[in-house]
Amino acid sequence: MRFAFEVLVTLKPGLADPQGKAVEASLPALGFTNVSSVHVGRHVRLDVEAPDELRARDQVGEIAHRLLSNPVIEDYRLIDAVVEPDLGSALEQPEGG
Amino acid sequence: MTIATPRVGVITFPGSLDDRDALRAVETMGGEGVALWHADHDLRNVDAVVLPGGFSYGDYLRCGAIAGHAPILDEVRTFAARGGPVLGICNGFQILCEAGLLPGALIRNASLRFVCRDAYLRVETSLTPVTSELVPGEVLQIPIKHGEGQFVATPEQLERIEHDGLVVFRYAGPGGEVSDATNPNGSLENIAGVRSAAGTVVGLMPHPEHAVDPDVGPTGGQPLFASLLASALSGAVV
Repeated sequence: MRFAFEVLVTLKPGLADPQGKAVEASLPALGFTNVSSVHVGRHVRLDVEAPDELRARDQVGEIAHRLLSNPVIEDYRLIDAVVEPDLGSALEQPEGG
Repeated sequence: MTIATPRVGVITFPGSLDDRDALRAVETMGGEGVALWHADHDLRNVDAVVLPGGFSYGDYLRCGAIAGHAPILDEVRTFAARGGPVLGICNGFQILCEAGLLPGALIRNASLRFVCRDAYLRVETSLTPVTSELVPGEVLQIPIKHGEGQFVATPEQLERIEHDGLVVFRYAGPGGEVSDATNPNGSLENIAGVRSAAGTVVGLMPHPEHAVDPDVGPTGGQPLFASLLASALSGAVV
């Protein structure tokens, strides 16, 4: 079966986040003067072929730990798998066109 | 009788920029430069290894993250474990951190700006293959050019780095004074370079390979390569 996962990678709390600060600093110019604590992270989406969801999830966890995030500076979070095997292929090969 | 010439390997990754300058610096200082390829499992019997600057894999994901898993890193790991000298410059430093061969990580400069200028580095230890011919407190003028050179570490790592004397260089002023004013990128404790616990692996953000030829600028990189060649010859690798 194919399982779709999303991984969110964020900077550890307390660590300088210059990208977040830059975004935050640009908001008043758009009229948003009430926004704070802006943080920028990374979103990774991937499909895994596996016999069951548990094994797929374990594998994505290892991928997130070893490559997608750097444990010195980042945390990661897995978003639940979408258990709809057809969804992935439908997204990649839209009908018509 | 011939005097042995130390062979220094320079690894080229897809996106490396300063590999040729590193090879040239090795040869300028009297060594033999050996070009190495990231996808090979072969260090070609070199006596020291340099990971050069650049933008391996376009800095995708994080600087050095993908190169940190390149095939040749297995050999670099083994080489370092046997006492072989390894030097990572700029992107090479980032790669060694990502590969877990050096503590800490490099993130975007606090200023959000790419910095390109000469920096002054205060030598903090002689106990590395690139500072063996230097004395702590000496100041070297070496250029920096990076957008992601802010050295960070977890509080536990930082304590160990300072306690165990793993800082090799700090950003300083011409007289060796270290302050916020002499910190070009927001690095913790002005750290410009660190070493491994065993001391054989060193990484720094500044570019010593751009500072060996008096015709084109400062020569603060010369003693680093002189030390590296001497360390390579001493044959720590068994």
